[in-house]
Amino acid sequence: MAYGPHTPADRQRMLAALGMDSVDELFADIPTSLRSSPLRLDPPEPEQLLMNRLAGLAAKNKVDLASFLGAGAYRHFSPPLVDQILLRGEWYTAYTPYQPEVSQGTLQSIYEYESLIAELVGLDVVSASHYDGAAATAEAALMTCRATGRGRVLVSRAVHPHYREVLRTYFGGAGLGIEELPLVADGQEAGTTDLAVLERRLSDAENPVAGVVLAQPSFYGLLEHMADASKLTHAAGALFVAVVEPVSLAVLAPPAAYGADIAAGEGQALGIPPQYGGPYLGILACTEPLVRQIPGRLVGMTTDVDGKRAYVMTLQAREQHIRREKAASNICTNQTLLALAASLWLSALGPHGLRDVAALGAARASELEAALASVGVARVHAGAYLNEFAVRVPNAPAVHRELLGRGVLAGLVLAEAVPDEPGLADALLVCATEVTTGDDIATFAREIGEVLATPAPADRVEVPA
Amino acid sequence: MVPSDLRYTKDHEWVRVDGDTATIGVTDFAANQLGDVVFVDLPAVGKAVEQFATFGVVESVKAVSDLYAPVSGEVVGVNADLGSKPELVNSDPYGEGWMIRVKVGDAAQIGELLDAAGYEKLTAEA
Repeated sequence: MAYGPHTPADRQRMLAALGMDSVDELFADIPTSLRSSPLRLDPPEPEQLLMNRLAGLAAKNKVDLASFLGAGAYRHFSPPLVDQILLRGEWYTAYTPYQPEVSQGTLQSIYEYESLIAELVGLDVVSASHYDGAAATAEAALMTCRATGRGRVLVSRAVHPHYREVLRTYFGGAGLGIEELPLVADGQEAGTTDLAVLERRLSDAENPVAGVVLAQPSFYGLLEHMADASKLTHAAGALFVAVVEPVSLAVLAPPAAYGADIAAGEGQALGIPPQYGGPYLGILACTEPLVRQIPGRLVGMTTDVDGKRAYVMTLQAREQHIRREKAASNICTNQTLLALAASLWLSALGPHGLRDVAALGAARASELEAALASVGVARVHAGAYLNEFAVRVPNAPAVHRELLGRGVLAGLVLAEAVPDEPGLADALLVCATEVTTGDDIATFAREIGEVLATPAPADRVEVPA
Repeated sequence: MVPSDLRYTKDHEWVRVDGDTATIGVTDFAANQLGDVVFVDLPAVGKAVEQFATFGVVESVKAVSDLYAPVSGEVVGVNADLGSKPELVNSDPYGEGWMIRVKVGDAAQIGELLDAAGYEKLTAEA
């Protein structure tokens, strides 16, 4: 077999075999609006000039901001040993190997990752990882449908909006139903999932529910009543899915404690820097009775013919290379390198270190709350939070922009992230972790206090459309 | 030798008819082809199965195969022993390795199945 590209003569021969004159004819069925236009590339430049140009572009990134942005991706300190070990070329594959048992080291690293996550969530089975938290959440929801033979899933509106969008994409294609659960509008429980509505939706015997999906902490940073939601869900014969932030599990009850059948989440916080568009790490775990429903690869530990410890791919009958269209999923590319980063980070910190990280983040967040309150910026919701919360800020988008110019990334503009959520048009979602400094907090409070006290020039204040 | 009192599908399921109850399993030939069976996924009692449609899944160390119902009807019994002892499918496919019992809806469907001689011929060609 030749590895050279097709020559024009090759193409002509193939077209002749198809009875066609041109490649365009081959693609005639694709509407022109969907075809790519010809690439318009600038002429080549010398390497040195190109480097200068790219350096100029890179310099536009603002990397020295006092950042309070979380909303699903969190900054944490990562000891240098994590990156140092990741630099080893032996690890450089995004995938599990195709001749897996030959690569005992890779399998062991996946097994260690699964074991660490199993300890965090308290569930029996952990997959070798998925693309990201959104993909893992969608797979969790699909698992509830396969396991129960039902086709209706309820997801809280306090689950990350991106995750809900991915859920809609997965469910639309599968012909399954996804319904959103509203949030309590006011009072002490404001912003948490409305459990009275959950109970009503679950009681529709005509249209039984397969699974219920809640996040802990929620997208708004609030703590949900997971045990109550889980109990209601199980009473209706449905499965309960907890979307979790793994660092929080060092101080919050693990999903197993409130009877979650499946846990899904974004593993980025485990020592992976926040980076635009990923790569991130999808965490997925379940109880043993659901093991044949979990998608993706599983690594197990066994003994070889000589009685020595060995790692193997296990329960592969769920997977696409064996079951094809009946596989548990056909979207199960895993993120082995990122899972390794998470394992290294967790191992470097240890259980006490992880608890310190979570507790310190919570302490920083409560300092942040007090500092903001001192300049008149108050929380939107009354309930308990861990390290992230929403604050009421008039003209939030304009204030956010103004603060960016003053060196502060003031979290997330909720009017843009969740435009359809009532009562959040003038709100910012802010977070703190152990890397948030007291200086950062003081700067944020001072600058936002000034911005809010100064009547902004008319051309600067923009009411969100 | 395949038992002469059973009927068979081309997909290697057997059925034993007793009154209006049909007991269903997979043949010794199928069990051998599969290798060591490690898991059998069966429908719940009360579910309806349809002739020649999938009613479950059998998983061995090297393959996963769908199970096809020889006759239509309602599931009235499931072999719970297979949950902890799936190897019964290999050791006693026509006895303790049975899978489900079905209340037969249409007895005429039995006539569409292979008899022992027909099934033996099929496996001899395989």
